[in-house]
Amino acid sequence: MANDIAHNRRKFVSGVMTSLTAACATFVIAILVIILAYIAYRGFSAISWEFLTETPKPVGEGGGIGNAIVGSGIMTVLASLIGLPIGIGAGVYLAEFGDKWFGTTVRFFADTLIGVPSIIVGIFVYTLIVLPMTRQSGFAGSLSLAIIMIPIVARTTEEMIRLVPKSMREGALALGAPQWRVTWNIVLPAAASGIATGAMLAIARISGETAPLLFTALNSRFYNFYVDQPMSSLTVQIYNFATGPFEVEHQMAWAATLILVGLILIINIIVRMFTKKKY
Amino acid sequence: MSKTGTIGDSVFRTILIIFAATILVIVAAMIAMMVQNSIPTIREFGFGFLTGSRWLPASDIYGALPFIYGTIVSSLIALILAVPLSLGIAIFLVEQAPARIARPIAFMVELLAAIPSVVYGLWGIFVLAPFIRVYLGPFLQNYFGFIPLFQGRLTGIGMLTGGIIMALMVTPIVTAVVRDVLEVVPTAQREAALALGATKWETTVIVLGNAASGIAGAVVLGLGRALGETMAVTMVIGNSPQISASLFEPAYTIASVLAANFAEATDKLYMSALIEMGLVLFLVTFIVNALAKLLVLRVAKRQTGH
Repeated sequence: MANDIAHNRRKFVSGVMTSLTAACATFVIAILVIILAYIAYRGFSAISWEFLTETPKPVGEGGGIGNAIVGSGIMTVLASLIGLPIGIGAGVYLAEFGDKWFGTTVRFFADTLIGVPSIIVGIFVYTLIVLPMTRQSGFAGSLSLAIIMIPIVARTTEEMIRLVPKSMREGALALGAPQWRVTWNIVLPAAASGIATGAMLAIARISGETAPLLFTALNSRFYNFYVDQPMSSLTVQIYNFATGPFEVEHQMAWAATLILVGLILIINIIVRMFTKKKY
Repeated sequence: MSKTGTIGDSVFRTILIIFAATILVIVAAMIAMMVQNSIPTIREFGFGFLTGSRWLPASDIYGALPFIYGTIVSSLIALILAVPLSLGIAIFLVEQAPARIARPIAFMVELLAAIPSVVYGLWGIFVLAPFIRVYLGPFLQNYFGFIPLFQGRLTGIGMLTGGIIMALMVTPIVTAVVRDVLEVVPTAQREAALALGATKWETTVIVLGNAASGIAGAVVLGLGRALGETMAVTMVIGNSPQISASLFEPAYTIASVLAANFAEATDKLYMSALIEMGLVLFLVTFIVNALAKLLVLRVAKRQTGH
């Protein structure tokens, strides 16, 4: 009998704890749904063609985030042009030749750089570019985003290349291909889709960054296509709208957020659909 | 791969080495630029900069203690809330849920990490802060009001709100690492425990014990993220450089004082003070992340080493 009671108690504890873990999972999913639903609810009503194409105007006169969308686009593209080649190159090095001390060191610093707060990157670029140039610029913003991208892309590229079977390299080498041809014509194409997914996720990540743009790209009230001038971005615009005193601004913040979050979610879902078979 | 003797190999490898070295150059340049630009306050205040509790830019008095206090306390709140939650989710996903259910849930948790910080901030201002002011705050004051932590005026904006927002943002990261760590624990251990008559939960406890240092690594990684969390915290913590026992009072973190003031800091000493705080934050997060990496690696090594 005593055994039975002990056994029942153990089963009871087990049942309670396992339900608690399920409750934890339910809780965060509820939070996600609440956040997304609230963004959709507040955002949809404020989106219009005018909002998407016009520049910010004094409170009460309407206006929009057209210049912020363009600015974010320009800076994301420029950051990708700088960050992707360097990141992918570093990743290829780490995967193919990175087993010695140099590779280990680079890998270690890449990992720690990923964890460094993005606002620190903003300060670094401020001292590096903005102080000598004496003004904020879209280029400085792009460079900050590129620096955030490089270690992330390097590490995902490395992982993807390591998935390519050794036998493929050996086969090519046995046919007399020089090593660089093996990497360039055999390994890279085999890992291309994986590298592309990693790049997409990195782009999604930098398109949501605010802190590194605050004092590098600053903000602008106008359409600006010159990267040596201060440039507006969706995220900084959301920050300014959200911390402003007027209800109209808050509404614009939600609408801009809907566009930003929508974009990021779409990228994540597409990536997920492409990688589904692999995992 | 070893070289095959053509010139192409040397050229290709040199180019790749330059790309890889860029990462080291970035880290070195970061440290150099930040040290160089914080020399004015290092000269002026020395170590007292970190222990001074008064922050009066108008009269050139800079003490970083309120910001260090705010950073540590808000991060602790975040960890206290996020760690049990993340453990629960990770255990559910790895140990209990069938793959059919676990996969979409894992994806949704990842989506939580994909939402930008500024969006959490916006949500924090307009949803979480009112919730705390109207529901959670009065509840805590009613039942735990005798503890100084929960006394003081309720505005909804303050240390607790910052900590809760941080907890939401740290949870997916900690969950992901704990999941990876649990997945490395060999299935044989679970089978052995179950065969000896252990219940599901008792088996999980054994698995957790084997993954302990990896879980510690996940927690430290979460700490690193919380310490450096910027936008969302800046928007909800109240931005006031004070050291108060109450969690409802506004506070300030290192990252948020940088975000809120850096653009306006034209005075040389003021800018230097901010950059020095950035340097402190950089070094701390760097060390914390390195530590996390070592802890997680230890589990991976031990499990695959056998």
